[in-house]
Amino acid sequence: MARMSYAQAACAALERAMSADARVVALGEDVGRGGIFGQYRGLQQKFGAGRVIDTPISEATIMGASVGMALAGLKPVVEMRVVDFALCAMDEIVNQAAKARFMFGGQGRVSLVARMPIGIWSGSAAQHSQSLEAWFAHVPGLVVVTPATPQDNYSLLAAAIESGDPVIYMEHKELWGAQEEVETQARAELGRARVLRSGSDVTLVSWSRMVHTALEAADRAAPRGISVEVIDLRTIWPWDRDAVLASAAKTRRLLVAHESVRAAGFGAEIAAEVAEQLGVRVKRLGGPRIPVGYSKPLEDEARFGSGDIVRALEELIQGEAK
Amino acid sequence: MKDPISLERGLALYRTMTRIRAFENAAEEASKGGVAAFGASLADAQVRGPLHLSTGQEAVAAGVCIHLARTDLMTSTHRGHGHTIAKGASIAAMMGELFGRASGFNGGKGGSMHIADFSVGMLGANGVVAAGIPIAVGAAHALKVRSETGIVACFFGDGAINRGPFLEGLNWAAIHRLRVLFVCEDNRWSATTATDAMTAGDGALARAQAIGVPGEQVDGNDVFAVAGATAQLIAQVRSGAGPRVLHAITYRVKGHVSVDPATYRDGEEVDRALEDDPIPAAHAHLLSMGASKQQLEAIRAEAEAEVDAALKAAAAADWPDRSAAYTDIQDTGAGRWLG
Repeated sequence: MARMSYAQAACAALERAMSADARVVALGEDVGRGGIFGQYRGLQQKFGAGRVIDTPISEATIMGASVGMALAGLKPVVEMRVVDFALCAMDEIVNQAAKARFMFGGQGRVSLVARMPIGIWSGSAAQHSQSLEAWFAHVPGLVVVTPATPQDNYSLLAAAIESGDPVIYMEHKELWGAQEEVETQARAELGRARVLRSGSDVTLVSWSRMVHTALEAADRAAPRGISVEVIDLRTIWPWDRDAVLASAAKTRRLLVAHESVRAAGFGAEIAAEVAEQLGVRVKRLGGPRIPVGYSKPLEDEARFGSGDIVRALEELIQGEAK
Repeated sequence: MKDPISLERGLALYRTMTRIRAFENAAEEASKGGVAAFGASLADAQVRGPLHLSTGQEAVAAGVCIHLARTDLMTSTHRGHGHTIAKGASIAAMMGELFGRASGFNGGKGGSMHIADFSVGMLGANGVVAAGIPIAVGAAHALKVRSETGIVACFFGDGAINRGPFLEGLNWAAIHRLRVLFVCEDNRWSATTATDAMTAGDGALARAQAIGVPGEQVDGNDVFAVAGATAQLIAQVRSGAGPRVLHAITYRVKGHVSVDPATYRDGEEVDRALEDDPIPAAHAHLLSMGASKQQLEAIRAEAEAEVDAALKAAAAADWPDRSAAYTDIQDTGAGRWLG
């Protein structure tokens, strides 16, 4: 156990993976200096510039070269800086990384972890604030992971590197400084959600930074007589359908809350699946379909807080009484 | 012309070219009616979908790949049959793949545009123009990380130099001094548009030189010239001097895909190209080097027989089981979730 920030936890997981397996390399812009969020701090000093590889600002080739490295037997951890910049590498992610193993009939694996932080980053405006997890969940072949805590950023990054699959690994830019005790012996399985709080009235599913807002909302709902079961999905694809269905079968109500835009967000997939399987009441909360504005009042329009979640929980319950 | 190629090596070049030609002629015939585009209807055909032929460009594949060891790596393009054969892949398993059968290299999952044979270092054709360039660069980077001495040959077309990965990939290979031979197989057509009309400046080599990657331009229809230029460039690449570019000028004799009649081209241009066929040119040159007509005819007949056998085997091979549509995708969550 050691107290670590969300950034330090990921760094520790990567350091451990690189020590254990010579095939693991890290590459991307500014990684040699520790990465712009400190999530690679000290690694180049320890492993050398040959394994912690500084690259030009060439996102398409950072990702494409990582596919080539993987096909030639390495296990690259790929820095895209933010998901918004990973859009420069969409061919390499969607047509190459996700498809190669299948297209080649199982010749070659694309074992790589592409780190592309999501989330509104205060004052950073429309091209540094998107949460695009649903885009990647739509693509067969990709695993999509969204850690919400330092512990998960340690355990899930380790699991992602070990998985052998192309993993879209989405940290949240406003969680880098979050601290907690991290158990470095703990292991996590991709595709498994975690029930963070038990409840009997509503199942509240969330992921990434919104998990913390969801927990706060559950606290605020309790004195109002609403018992909320909070689930951190942790992995967007494959999402833990069993855990969510088991909870919703118990509570008979589902709310999904995510920071990303509500329209065609991944909450729609979860809500539809739960409604199809169980016929229970479902509701979604997500951002409005607007680019994130720079000015504080404009940025705030793209956010919602625990008060909004509590209101949505109340609506979900009151709607039945009508 | 400088002629460092022995008769034995010359015959090997000829054999590779005739095998590519025989394979593609047979594949073209088997693809008739197989594409719902260019005015053709989608009917039953043994080879389905777009088939991009490299007919007339065989000298580039043969002349480059004769210098590659089995352990060297390669990436190719949508027009990649020639590179794949020249790298040593089995014609029978290629034909099986084009026929969509379980016997194909990819078990029928890829077809012509995604053909790959990792056992000979062929890391895949690619359906996206220029997409093989970063992959080749990454494969070379992996060799560097592991201190291996192999090289990577990266084939791409003239259209690819107008995509970003060309600049990005060459720059990356140069700053990291990677062992890559970039081969621009310049057939002068980008799908149905003349590349010249869409390209500023003097093309692949000039652009490479502008960022400090040296190379050579060569007549891509002269297999001896290609092989001679490649020998020098690959020696430099293997020595660790950094990446090199071979810009081979050739001509796309067929349409963009097999059923494209390419009526948008000047007939005289095509006629001139047909007169410049690299295979008869190599034939004539080999005779002058002392090969006999019978020897060359035997090589051609052998290639035809090999392709005939491949056609028969492919037609008789099993289809992939439907369950194969769900495998080789990802291990995480496999069996729990198809969505």
